[in-house]
Amino acid sequence: MNSYDVVIVGAGPAGMACAAEARQAGLSTLVLDEQPRPGGQIFRDIEVSDPGRRALLGKDYAEGARIAEAFRASGADYVSGAVVWNIDSAKRIDYSAGGRSHSVEAKSLVAATGAIERPTPMPGWTLPGVTTVGAAQILLKTSGIVFEDLVLVGSGPLLWLAASQMITAGVPPKAIVETVPKSRYRAAARHVLRALPGWRYLAKGFAMMRAVKRAGVPVHRDAEDIAIEGDSAATAVTFTSGSKRHRIETAHVALHQGVVPNQQMTRVMNCQHRFDESQRAFLPVLSEDFETTVPGVFVAGDGAGIGGAKSAAMRGRLVAMRIAETAGKPVSGERAKLRTALARDAAVRPLLEALYAPSDDVLSPADAVMVCRCEEITAGQIREAVALGAPGPNQVKSFLRAGMGPCQGRMCGLAVSEIIAAARGESPSTVDYYRIRPPLKPLLLSELAGLGAEAPREAAE
Amino acid sequence: MPQRIDTSGETVRFTFEGRDVEARAGETIAAALIASGETTTRASVVSGAPRGPFCMMGVCFECLVEIDGVPNRQACMIVAEPGMTVARQTADEVAA
Amino acid sequence: MTNRTADLLVIGGGIHGCSAALHAAMRGLDVVVIEKDTVGRHASGVNAGGVRRLGRHYAEVPISQRSMEIWHRIEDLVDDDCGFQRAPQIKVAESEADLDELKARAAHLRAMGFEHEVVLDRGELRAHLPAVAEHCVGGLASLDDGFAQPYQTTFAFSRKARSLGVRFEENCRAQRVTRVGSDFKVTTDRGVFSGRRLLNCGGAWAGEIARQLGEPVEVEPTAPMMLVTGRMPRFCTAVVGNQSRPLSFKQMANGTVVIGGGLRGRALPETNVSELIFSELRRTAETAIAIFPIMKGASIVRSWAGIEGRMPDGIPVISPSSTQEGAYHAFGFSSHGFQMGPGVGEIMAELVATGRTNAPIAPFAITRFAPEADASGSSPTQTEGLSA
Repeated sequence: MNSYDVVIVGAGPAGMACAAEARQAGLSTLVLDEQPRPGGQIFRDIEVSDPGRRALLGKDYAEGARIAEAFRASGADYVSGAVVWNIDSAKRIDYSAGGRSHSVEAKSLVAATGAIERPTPMPGWTLPGVTTVGAAQILLKTSGIVFEDLVLVGSGPLLWLAASQMITAGVPPKAIVETVPKSRYRAAARHVLRALPGWRYLAKGFAMMRAVKRAGVPVHRDAEDIAIEGDSAATAVTFTSGSKRHRIETAHVALHQGVVPNQQMTRVMNCQHRFDESQRAFLPVLSEDFETTVPGVFVAGDGAGIGGAKSAAMRGRLVAMRIAETAGKPVSGERAKLRTALARDAAVRPLLEALYAPSDDVLSPADAVMVCRCEEITAGQIREAVALGAPGPNQVKSFLRAGMGPCQGRMCGLAVSEIIAAARGESPSTVDYYRIRPPLKPLLLSELAGLGAEAPREAAE
Repeated sequence: MPQRIDTSGETVRFTFEGRDVEARAGETIAAALIASGETTTRASVVSGAPRGPFCMMGVCFECLVEIDGVPNRQACMIVAEPGMTVARQTADEVAA
Repeated sequence: MTNRTADLLVIGGGIHGCSAALHAAMRGLDVVVIEKDTVGRHASGVNAGGVRRLGRHYAEVPISQRSMEIWHRIEDLVDDDCGFQRAPQIKVAESEADLDELKARAAHLRAMGFEHEVVLDRGELRAHLPAVAEHCVGGLASLDDGFAQPYQTTFAFSRKARSLGVRFEENCRAQRVTRVGSDFKVTTDRGVFSGRRLLNCGGAWAGEIARQLGEPVEVEPTAPMMLVTGRMPRFCTAVVGNQSRPLSFKQMANGTVVIGGGLRGRALPETNVSELIFSELRRTAETAIAIFPIMKGASIVRSWAGIEGRMPDGIPVISPSSTQEGAYHAFGFSSHGFQMGPGVGEIMAELVATGRTNAPIAPFAITRFAPEADASGSSPTQTEGLSA
């Protein structure tokens, strides 16, 4: 079996920067990534998008090109289209690529699998035509596809970024329905001073909002009780704003309530996690150098806690420096500087987290709302299971099949933990999260049957 | 309706439910379907309700389609190739 | 302040602990169940769900029969259907040699007075399993067996027990068992419990309790591995095993297929962690495809391995304590205890309440592992490796 000093899963900013730094330290490095091309979601298709598209996606997107170039030049091995489906306690990684499975061993493993969008259960969210805001942005980045009737619903910086990019592309969204309650502004205000070192982010945010205003896009604020109407596909969004019920006809709705760490990989490796009240999400428990509670397993990028693309790349480099240090290589003189820059880059986060905390609507959806999309389990069914005595997500999963479909809980996990916690009067930190079992993504049985029949490693009973 | 902001570049063609669909070279099946106005790619295996691409990044598994006879493929993760036969996944195919 | 005294303290909230607690409560006993995690957390909540008499160790057959009778009226007992579905259990023979072994077994059982296992010829096999591969020559079936939903079942037993007054102390680990006068004291991380009787249903963790009672036995923690696929068209209504290769195969009503078969993953009972070994599971995948070619197109969406205890001879301990009067054991079901849960719980409750039972439990005595045990006596000679 092939073996590497460092195996990095994910080729977004964190994975690419980590790989380049690891190579610079002389470590053998492999990067496995699901997508056909490097970039991750934030810099998706960065190598192939034409200058025009880059211009409209903005300066931050174009910066991804520099990271990708350094990655390509680093000499790290890279397998695209590689779906990692298991990692065991000995850091043996099984992945599927080109229709068959391969195994590789890592001395150090870096999960750079980034973030996913928070589940946003609400009436009608499973209708065709409804996507995440991230999905709408990916369509723009990869294919230059835009919708003239798109209604953006929810909250968070990505909502405004997507809107301003669409405006630059010449096809502004039909409306923005923002769910930030008025009370949040006061809650966020106390973080303003601390956020000042991140003034560039704030300035960018205001610029995006101004662009939306200039373009004349209707913005409905403090919206609640949102529902998407439609029979076989979305036809309208309805909501209450300014104590009035509104209805906007559209076939395309994009939802967003912030992004959260993609925990699948660290969960499957039994790394410890904690619930972060400010990010309202589970984060892996990490050392200063981003090492998990499982020795030799690191998390770089948004998977370590949401910090954005700049932080992701810095974290990736710091992880590589730590791995190099452990391997007895001289430590880069840039480490202290990077740590300072990372802290500065994070200054704006508490403000954003307070302002854009998920709305109550999606944290405690009505009984009739479908929470587990795969198995079609409603919030009411989950509450009934709790009333019968189910103490946590794993019992609810065993009892109702919530989280047992092909998405393996990615689309419902956080919502299920929140609903159970609320019903039991506990914190999500107490009720915890689904146990994640391999395969991390569905795997053909025939592919498993053909798995390279390596001798079983010494049984670690 | 979806629009493409640029129409340059090479195209490939595949079929979806017997209908011809044009994709930009290198783009995913899901993106090409959406650009062609198609938002429904499968029926829920539980209720039969229509579903379509949701996350476009391989995590929601809503865009499962049948490609050249193989079911349960993620349309948002697979690049469109010329001549592919793509079909909507119906509830009956996976569970009677 | 909760009441920390009871007629019976049960250690372990798996299917056996919950069933025994329920049956004891039905006999009027005041019961506390002490569970270190939550009810059904390990193998009782995550197993293949087979409700199987077929292919059992001969010593287990009478108890398995008794349990089967309860399964057929499970909803009357626990007010929940437990997802139980009657279905044939079939062991497939891939060769004439396999079939000969199965025929010999059926004959042996008939001689014991049991008629539930019947030999299937080539045609009969296909009548039950139209999708079976061409090379399979026949099989052995127990037509009135079935399968159930493991967590739903264990949870239902605990709920019914609760409704009859059984108290469940979850997230409460039994650390020390001592005798004070005629009572047992169980020291936990959440206080001391006291009871007139003690029942050890601790699964993979039962060995430590037995040791503290002065009768050490070797309980090996194991984690039988299972795969589950996405939904598939209905093609199989029976639960299928294999005579010469490990396999346990069933299609649930929703179309998903659960594949197990006794291949064991890594079990780390100290941390509650179990780990799948895919280089081993490769064989399970191979066998499933060999028996059912339709499985070539199946995709695996999940896998599990519930931790439980295996005895050196592969059959459980169902036994009064040999050292402490009033203490009892039901553990070490060695990957095939789920079906026996209802019956063994009834037997244990009878033992606890009356001190005696007519059930033939002698082969399961804890004394069979004592150094001075008579090896030629009741000690079992046959091992068996199928998972529940």
